Amino acid sequence: MIYLELFVAFLEVGLFSFGGGYVSIPLIREIVLSYGWMDDGMITYMIAVSESTPGPLMVNMATYVGSSQGGILGALVATLAVVLPAFLIIILVTSILRRFISNRYFQAALSGMRPCIIGIIMAMGIFLMVQNCFGSILSGTDGIDIMAVIMAIILGAVYWGSRAVKKNGISPILLIIISAGAGVLLYGFK
Amino acid sequence: MKKLLSLFFVFFKIGLFTFGGGYAMLALIEDICVEKRKWITHEEMMDITVIAESTPGPIAINLATYVGYKLRKLPGALIATLGMIIPSFCIIFLISQFLDRFLEIKWVSSAFQGIKIAVAILIIDAAVKMIRKMKKNPFRITIMIAALISMLVINMLALHVSSLVIMFAGAAAGLIFYAIHGRCRKEPAVK
Repeated sequence: MIYLELFVAFLEVGLFSFGGGYVSIPLIREIVLSYGWMDDGMITYMIAVSESTPGPLMVNMATYVGSSQGGILGALVATLAVVLPAFLIIILVTSILRRFISNRYFQAALSGMRPCIIGIIMAMGIFLMVQNCFGSILSGTDGIDIMAVIMAIILGAVYWGSRAVKKNGISPILLIIISAGAGVLLYGFK
Repeated sequence: MKKLLSLFFVFFKIGLFTFGGGYAMLALIEDICVEKRKWITHEEMMDITVIAESTPGPIAINLATYVGYKLRKLPGALIATLGMIIPSFCIIFLISQFLDRFLEIKWVSSAFQGIKIAVAILIIDAAVKMIRKMKKNPFRITIMIAALISMLVINMLALHVSSLVIMFAGAAAGLIFYAIHGRCRKEPAVK
């Protein structure tokens, strides 16, 4: 029963991928391979499509695998399964947290975790930027991508510079739209 | 009802412009839900991000569920989460069923070259905003820099270490600091 398999597989992904989309890639690869749904090449393609389309990465990968294995129903089942744990955990946490949050030890732990998450997010941003501009050191694709560096400078100047002109500057959504346009201009339409 | 509708459309919009992992979406949440609509505070967003990082599942879903639940309980949580998922669901479904060579379309891959850069900028920007709003003391700054360096090393060397390890270390450091100093100022957290 493919739908049940999809549900169980992506419930596992939703339950065991801590730290968001990029971290879940190896887990999804492993699970999809173990069920024999796709070969390695197809998985790589699926991940690339999921990265270059809108939506949370993990959800996109679930929809893609589900859809390729079980059509629209498969896509629904896989997407639902990957989302379910996060959804339930937050409902549970927010209804319990109110009482929990004033606990001294919980506050102490939280005070150590808040600066931690900031460091993690900053590291992720720096890492992605370096990877885009200079390639990955390990995969041997290193070498400066001049176009990417130019794009980063232009987009960074537009995004942060706009705040000097207007109070809140341009919105993140507008930046995404501009960046897509800049990509087409720089790398070509056809 | 009106609130439910605007919840749906706001998260529909966020879902449509979220690329990559959930971190880039933090900039969108900060812009729309914190600054423009004032549905949640910056501190709430921080705490939910901490919880999202230490619990499984997509961070984007954690945040959508939280904002929806805060405004309109269970129906709100469902509507916000659905709004977040529907755009990408439709797009991925259509691509996987009908577009075999999606990535070979030149303008798609060109646009994505640009979007990749924007995503990195948005993540850095989200972190910069968090640093600005952080109540700074030597303890917090040390932890932040330690987490930054460890995460960079993990990423650069492609080590199979979950960020969860760093989060646990942070929690432990918080508890030890509290045990030594015997005090912990209360900060506004999830209301």
